[in-house]
This record gives sequence, structure tokens and C-alpha cells, in this order.
Amino acid sequence: MKLRIKYTKTGVLRFIGHLDIMRLFQKAIRRAKLNVSYSKGFSPHQVISFAAPMPLGMTSEGEYFDGEFDLVTSTADMMQRLNDTLPEGIVVLDIVALPDDAKPSMSIVSASDYIIFRNEECEEDIISRLIEKIDDMNAMPVVEVMKKTKTKEELTNIKPGIYALHEYVKQSPYTEVYDKAIYMMLASGSILNLKPELVIEALCKQAGITYNRYNYRVHRLETYMGERTSLQSLGTVGKHF
Amino acid sequence: MAKLALSERILMNIEKPARYIGNEVNIVKKDLANVDIRIAMCFPDVYEIGMSYLGIQILYDMFNRREDTYCERVYSPWPDLDRIMREENIPLFSLETQTPIHDMDILAITIQYEMCYTNILQVIDLSNISIFSKDRTEDDPIVIGGGPCVVNPEPIADFFDIFYIGEGETSYDELLNLYKEYKHSEMTRKEFLIKASNIPGIYVPSLYEVTYNEDKTIKAVKPIMDGVPASIKRQVVVDFENSPYPLKPVIPYIRATQDRVTLEIMRGCIRGCRFCQAGMIYRPTRQKPVELLKEYAKLMIDNTGYEEISLSSLSSSDYENLDELLNYLIKLRDTEHVNVSLPSLRIDAFSLDVMSKVQDIKKSSLTFASEAGTQRLRDVINKGITEEDILNGSREAFLGGWDKVKLYFMLGLPTETDQDLYGIAELAEKISEVYFDTVPKEKRNGRVMINASASYFVPKPFTPFQWAPMILPEEFTRRAYYVKDCFLQQRNKKSLKFTYHDANISILEGVLARGDRRLSAVIYDVYKQGAIFDAWTEYFDIHRYMDAFKRHNIDILFYTTRERSLDEVFPWDHIDAGVTKAYLAREWEQAKKGVVTKNCRSQCMGCGSAVYQGGVCFEAKN
Repeated sequence: MKLRIKYTKTGVLRFIGHLDIMRLFQKAIRRAKLNVSYSKGFSPHQVISFAAPMPLGMTSEGEYFDGEFDLVTSTADMMQRLNDTLPEGIVVLDIVALPDDAKPSMSIVSASDYIIFRNEECEEDIISRLIEKIDDMNAMPVVEVMKKTKTKEELTNIKPGIYALHEYVKQSPYTEVYDKAIYMMLASGSILNLKPELVIEALCKQAGITYNRYNYRVHRLETYMGERTSLQSLGTVGKHF
Repeated sequence: MAKLALSERILMNIEKPARYIGNEVNIVKKDLANVDIRIAMCFPDVYEIGMSYLGIQILYDMFNRREDTYCERVYSPWPDLDRIMREENIPLFSLETQTPIHDMDILAITIQYEMCYTNILQVIDLSNISIFSKDRTEDDPIVIGGGPCVVNPEPIADFFDIFYIGEGETSYDELLNLYKEYKHSEMTRKEFLIKASNIPGIYVPSLYEVTYNEDKTIKAVKPIMDGVPASIKRQVVVDFENSPYPLKPVIPYIRATQDRVTLEIMRGCIRGCRFCQAGMIYRPTRQKPVELLKEYAKLMIDNTGYEEISLSSLSSSDYENLDELLNYLIKLRDTEHVNVSLPSLRIDAFSLDVMSKVQDIKKSSLTFASEAGTQRLRDVINKGITEEDILNGSREAFLGGWDKVKLYFMLGLPTETDQDLYGIAELAEKISEVYFDTVPKEKRNGRVMINASASYFVPKPFTPFQWAPMILPEEFTRRAYYVKDCFLQQRNKKSLKFTYHDANISILEGVLARGDRRLSAVIYDVYKQGAIFDAWTEYFDIHRYMDAFKRHNIDILFYTTRERSLDEVFPWDHIDAGVTKAYLAREWEQAKKGVVTKNCRSQCMGCGSAVYQGGVCFEAKN
């Protein structure tokens, strides 16, 4: 049976890279004694795949991976068994069974939303100063930033990738406490992908602040699929069991 | 979750920040209010190397079984972080609670190879502890060294308060109890150290004085006061079966060098190869019962989630119930999806059958540690493998589908001649001929490959070769080129390959391994010149050492190429490693005559380790 597992990656685990998080789950699944399926061949591996790789330094409460299982018990039991063995910072939030024809999560991701808050080492009013520029930026038809690729650097219009941008007034239970935060919903996935850092950089430019990526903490709230007008979180296609 | 010692800015600017954040699965957490003794356990190399080492996992588990003790881990910061910590005055910290090492009671450092000596100074220095033990005060942690290198701890004697000689399982409880008494009484650091020196296996170098002869050799190493023992006995855990074993080892997030469950099946080796220090200093050979190992294997796989298990010992083929154990592991492979990685086994029909079940033959190669090219020289070193063993093993393997063979050799062994060097190429050629004779043309996929590699022989303390001269680096290079030429003369030269190691690191190992206290000043000097991570070729700079030897008027040939006389007092003679000097001297004489010595199971050669009252010495009597 194909399952989709939603999890958090918080706290100091933001310094663990994507491949290591995959290895961490492979071991956790074994410790939890879940009947994951193995591929055939001389060195069989677990049939699991992750939705959207996360860069080092980012935290999240909306990560997903899909796994093929030979036997399953119930959502509650499997969650409990995983959470009992996962390290502090990773919590399984939900497990759903996918329909047989469900596409792999990696291929359907179309958007993510994030909150941005101040890293404790930087000056206190930095987020407020950026928030003041949000309305200006939302009114701009074109937002250009320098985008670096491996080979070149060029001015790119990031506006098409910004689906929403405003102040965030709630406190996430999965992050450190902050006084001010910015919310952004951005395109992500294989068709159009916009990194939150580029939006912060654009806001900094508006506010006349020198951009320094270590001044900000980026936290993903949720990963979505579907068209821009009808975005759904990745977990909505499945059912509890 | 502990607050990290390093800031976001630093962690995001260094390689692999996961090395420094702790919080791994299976770490021990304790309430500091209920803890009396805090230990920082250190492997002085990068995290991925240190986390692969079984010994620390054993001691970490053992210390933390004590309610009054909290043992945490610390490793060498990689040069990128090292630079930042110095620039910004950030003290070295433990992983578990991210506490400055200086706030600990004890800094315990395991010393596995000579080339980590500068990293030891790095760790002590970054912890804001005085580098020289004589400069430390009551506020400083007690710095303890352990591990195989401390059978000759003299080159680093000035940096340590205490050396623990031998296996950690025996005397630490007594030492920690004494430490507690010291901490809660008026006892001074000096009084504590004097009392500690009376615990078996505890060597307090500052309580011993070394005197020298005019020819610079050692006259004597003697205690400076009454009540300090003249010799320190290497510790051995006799009840190996019931000694603590870490069934829930800490699992690193990033891939460690050994990313698997390690099952220690046996300690010590019955073989008695004359160049091998481990074969002498872990005597007597002790085994764990196969039923216990099966239980451990299953538990550790369950507790870690690792997908691979490997066996640890010096010579797994000598484990008495190897068949049964391997058959069990193969069964686990099928039921639990666990890969079995095999240590170097003697190549025979049984081991090939096992290997074919657990390895992809096409990708794996066979390894023969021949060490020398001719039977004469193999007899000198007492390496009990014959050409016939190697050729028969190869034939079986080729029939089984293997077509890659690795051969290990050493250059510069005592009595080695050019004939022995030619023998290396000849042996490789003979193996390739076996392939062409055994495997018909239509069954050959690609080309058979015989890869021979050679290292530079370094004589080690407590081996029969401790008296032997090391060859000069120029001579090593000549011999290596000569072997290379011999390979080119072989008929199947296209299937043969010969490579050899860099000589520079071996020279240094040669100096440090049989070194004395006069070298502490050099090690401190090169550290001050910026040397760290000397075990890493990209950071090792031989000139830094050579300049320092010159500044300190030290002739390295005194340590390397000089042949010692049988009555010379060695810097390590006050350490009693179990094997006696008389036995080693006998073996050295036998080596020069090319006479082999039987293994411990065939016949007791009276090495001295029977005093431990256990292991193979008493197997037949049980």
C-alpha cells in the first residue's frame, strides 16, 4: 500500500542535509518495525521517495515523503511507532493511504508557503522594516533580482512566482518564538520554483538593507499541489486508515 | 534540545554543520543536577572518523551506566571551524549539552594513531586547558589518554595528567570513585594523581623521571617518590563475555566512515605476526560466545535501524564458531534486509561460499594480506600464509566468478632483499596465470586484475621488531621503483598493478612510535606552527616537522634507522604490556633465523600473557 507521510523538521535538525534526513527515516522506519517494501535486486532498498528537498538551515512543519508498504496497521499506530523512535525535532504529523493511481509527491509539488522571522543574532527591527515595504512590492508589476546560476548571474523577474506576501501574525508551534514574521506563498517544484531567500533579498533592496541570509530564519508551513487557483496540501489526496 | 554553542552564521558557513550539533539518535541525556562527574570523551579527529570507532561507544555506554557520571562526546573541529574558533575565541564544547570542555571534570582522549598527536594539542588548547600538564591548576579538568598508542605514551607524556594503559573495562570505576573523593575533599590535584598511580593500569607520567645515557639512549625511567609503582600493568578484561557492550550505539546523522552495526566477536589474535602491534598488545585472545553474539546482532539491528552489520576482530577466521555466526547473519539478511559486510577472512571454500551469498561478486575483490613476496620473508615475519594458500584460494575464487584480487605488502621488513621484492611481482604474476589456467576464454568478462599495494614498514613497540631498524626513505623509494620495474617484466603485466604509499607520513610514524619524552617539545612546536590533522595528506607537511627536529637538535635517524641492541632500555620499558621483553627478544632472534612460531592454539610460546588468567591461554583447560 502506498502511504504519504507528513513530518516536521525543526530546531537544530535544520543543519542536517536532505540526504541525511532520508537516511534518518530509513533507519527510523526499521526501528519502528514498519513493513516497508524493498526493491528487488542484489542490494534491496526501501521504496520511499521524498517530495521537496529542503536546503540546509530551513525548518518546516509541512514536509512529505511517500512510501510503499507490504503491510500497514492504522494511521494512529504507525504515527505513534515512528514518533517514539524519531529524534527531537522530527515529528510525524499525519499518515494517509494514497489511491493506487496517485502520482509521486515529488512530481506534483507546485507551491509552498513560508514564514520568515529574525535570527536572534541580528538587529531587532529588521523584520518590521521589511514588512513596511510589502505593500510597495505587491503593487509592483515586475520585481527584479539578481539570480545566480552555476554559470552566470542575471536579472530575473520573480513576480510570477510570488502567490502571496503579507505580514504573519500567528505564532507557529514548531518554531522559536518571534515578535514579527512575514508570510509568503511561492511557486515551487519542477515547472516554476522560487526560493524564499530571493523574495527577502528583493524586500531588503526596497528597504535599503544589505541582504545577509544569516539574519533570517525560513520556516515552511505547508507543501501544495495543483493549480495556483486551487492549491491543496499534498496530504489531501489520501485517506486515514 | 540544548542551545547550540555555535551561531547560525558560523554553522551555515562551515562544512557539514551536523558534526557539531549533537542531538543524535540514542545519545544519553541526564539531569545535570544529579550528576557528580562530567566526562568529555574525545576522539581527536574529525567527527565521521571518531563516530566510527567502537571503543568510544563502549566507554560512552560504560561510563553512562554509572548514575553519578555523565559522559559526553567531543571531536576535533575541522580546520574551517578551528580557524573560526580561534579568531572568535569560542571554547571547544561537548556535543550532548554543548558545554565548554573546560567545565568538565575529565577530558578523556583516545589515541589510535601517532598522526593525531597534534590534534590532541588542538583539542586541549581549544578547550582553554593548559597544554602542558605541569601548568594545570585545580580548576582544570584531568586530561586522560588511552588507546593502543599509549603502550608507548612517552612522546606525548608532557600533555597528559594520566594515561590509562590497556582496556577501559577494568579500572575506570576505581579511578572515578577516587576522583569523586578528590572533588569533595581537601585533596589536592597532586595528591589525587599520586593516589591514582596506585590503581592498576594508571600511569601518571609526571611522577616518573627519565634519565639518559651519553649516547642519548635511556638509562632508566623511575618513579620520583616512594609509593608510586615502578611499572604499570596493561589492563585486560578477563571476563570478556560479560563485559559491557553498547547495544544502543549513538547513530550519526551524517554518514560516518563505518556506517553500520559493529559486532565485536573476539579481542586479541592468536597468530603472532612479528610486525603487528595489535597482535601483541591485546593478548590473550578472548572470544564472545556465539549465542550471545546472535542476540547482540539482532538487538543492535533493532535498536539502530542500520541496514548493515560487520564483524570486528583482528582475525575473524580464527573465531571458533564463525560458521554458525555467519549462517545466522545470512539468515538475518533474508528476513531483516541487513547487508553483511565481511572483515578480511582467510580465503577458502567456506569463506568464498559465504561471500558469494552476501556480496556482489562482480563488484567485490578478494584480499590477501601476504605482507611479503617470498616464503623466506613470510617466515621471518611469521605471517602464516603460504603461496599455496594464496594460489589455491585464488583458484577457488576465480571458479566462483571473482576476477579482482588485492594483495597487501610491506617494504622495508627486516632482512628484506631484492629477491623478496621480485617475489612480489612474481606472486602477482602467478595469480594471474592461475586465472588464465582456470577460467576458459568464453567465461572471461573483461580482464582479471591483480592489484598489489605496498606500505612502508614501521617498527612498533611491544613487537619482536621493536629492535629493528626502519629503512631510509630513499631506500623505500628505490625498493618501490624496483618492484614497479619487476611488475613490468611480467608476462601478464597488463593484468597487474602495483601502487605504494607516500613515505613521509610513515617516517613520522616511525619517529613517534618508538619515541621518548624529548619529542614532546617537537610536537608542541609543530602544533604552534599550525600543524593539525596530520593524518590527512592534504594537511600534513613534512617540512614543518623536519624544521622542528632541526630546531630541537633531534636526529630522527636515532629513532628510525638505528638498530637497537638487546640490552637497550626502551622508553616504554616501565609499561608492562603482558608480553615479556624476553619473549619478544626470543622472537626477534627466531625472526632473524627465519624460524616460524606456532599460534597460541597450537602451542603456548610463553609470551607472558598467561598472567591475566584467561582467554586462549586457558581454553584447553576449561
